[in-house]
Amino acid sequence: MSSPRIEDLDSQPWAGRTRRYDIIKEGTIALLVVTLLTIAASMFFGSPDDKQLTFKSWAAVAPSDFYQTAAHEIAGTSESAGYGAPYNSASDGVNLGPLHLAKIFGVSRPVNSVNDFVIVPLSTQVNTPEVSAALKTWNVSDSKMQQGWASKYDDALTKANGDQAKIPAGALADFGPVPAMISGLLTMAQSGSLDAVLLSQGNYFQFDNTKQTLFMGDGNYFNDQSTASHLQGDTWGMMNETGRYPGQAWLWLYSFWYQIPPFNNGDQHPFGANADAYIMVIMGLLSAGLVFIPFIPGIKNLPRRIPIHRLIWKQYYKQENL
Amino acid sequence: MSSKEKELWTAKLRGVWQRNLPVEKLLPDTQPAYVSSWIYTFGVLTLSSLFVIIASGVVLAFEGPSWYHLSNVGHFVNSLHFWSVQLFFIFMVIHLWGKFWMAAWRGRRVATWMTGGIAFVASIATAFTGYLVQTNFDSQWISFEAKDGFNSVGVGAWFTVTNLGQMLLLHVAFLPLILGVLTILHVLLVRAKGVVPPIDAFDNGKKSKGART
Repeated sequence: MSSPRIEDLDSQPWAGRTRRYDIIKEGTIALLVVTLLTIAASMFFGSPDDKQLTFKSWAAVAPSDFYQTAAHEIAGTSESAGYGAPYNSASDGVNLGPLHLAKIFGVSRPVNSVNDFVIVPLSTQVNTPEVSAALKTWNVSDSKMQQGWASKYDDALTKANGDQAKIPAGALADFGPVPAMISGLLTMAQSGSLDAVLLSQGNYFQFDNTKQTLFMGDGNYFNDQSTASHLQGDTWGMMNETGRYPGQAWLWLYSFWYQIPPFNNGDQHPFGANADAYIMVIMGLLSAGLVFIPFIPGIKNLPRRIPIHRLIWKQYYKQENL
Repeated sequence: MSSKEKELWTAKLRGVWQRNLPVEKLLPDTQPAYVSSWIYTFGVLTLSSLFVIIASGVVLAFEGPSWYHLSNVGHFVNSLHFWSVQLFFIFMVIHLWGKFWMAAWRGRRVATWMTGGIAFVASIATAFTGYLVQTNFDSQWISFEAKDGFNSVGVGAWFTVTNLGQMLLLHVAFLPLILGVLTILHVLLVRAKGVVPPIDAFDNGKKSKGART
């Protein structure tokens, strides 16, 4: 137990030796140094600004990937279509043990892959007679019929590795209006109008890019660009930046958990499949731990036990013979 | 001061302020002799970086989010913002580690440590939203990846990283306000409580109790 006199020195105003100190001068010099360092770094290195991807560039560079992704969307087999809350109720989403936290808060940002990504965009423009007829057929059909066409086409396209030419011509009747609709959507993307329509969804003002991001994320084009830029989560992606620039290095601990078992064990492992939730909780606890260090036994005593403070106050200890 | 004046909230607040943070503490011209290590400069360097971040950020905000893609001047100002953030975090992490090894929460300085710790977390949130509003490929990918983390714990119901409008408002208004208030509180607490004495410091028969709180 410490005595009250020992308590005093830490909490009372310092009454020992002092030295002259000009806080305004120190602040001014520090600001000048930082400003000059920033200007120098900006002049020599600039800053990253890799051009954003668009649906137009996707449809131009990787049309078959776009086409197959659109087939997944209309069949409801894309990642976003089966995501769960907050976008839809197609699945329970990730869990944290027995808890499905996202599901508790429901579908707060509804996204309907078929309507939002395919039907609404096609309906906003004047289509070719073939696409118009296909859209009309789709709209007057019941959902069972729609799902049947879309699933069959999605399966056939997957078996053909996305190559429409490999699908037997005789099977086309099974797919109803779906191939014509997807072709219409591809043409729309290639013209550039899909980018605007996905964002606006019939509105004038719009700030929410959720639908575009989900749709683009369902394909390989976006993913491949990210891999080429070393931004994938399993390669410390969250703390990386495009080009040769430093990224969010301060997220190293967050990225670290994704690199080690059990969180990198793949989607078949419960911790791998639900790594996002577990890592968010771990980081929340560690952040709280940082703030509450003065109260954590063991940790709060480390500075005394590991004498780095002897280096920091070397001069003081020497002068005071401590 | 009359007893009626003492009842005034304003007078009470003034009294508390004057007792805890007289102008001599706020703008000192001396400091304890033990404050003589280079590690002490990283606090003021962090603060200076924050000034440069805010100054460059204000220019970017006035010109709008697309400006820096289209103009060389805009790109340079964006670079100033980018590098000042990098310097800010480098300085802040060194400052944080320095204060940890000093056990700087000693002597009723727990609030100083905690405001600093919360400011560190708030800085990460502010920088993160900054990366989301770059309106380039990096921000597209970060928003796509990060949504899963926030959605996994239900936060995505309110904090939608793919919503550029929401992220922009949080980045230029709400989070800087929070960070600014935390920083001011932290600096005022540093001035009010003074710089923590060395572990095992000894002065006039009184000894520092070291790392124990």
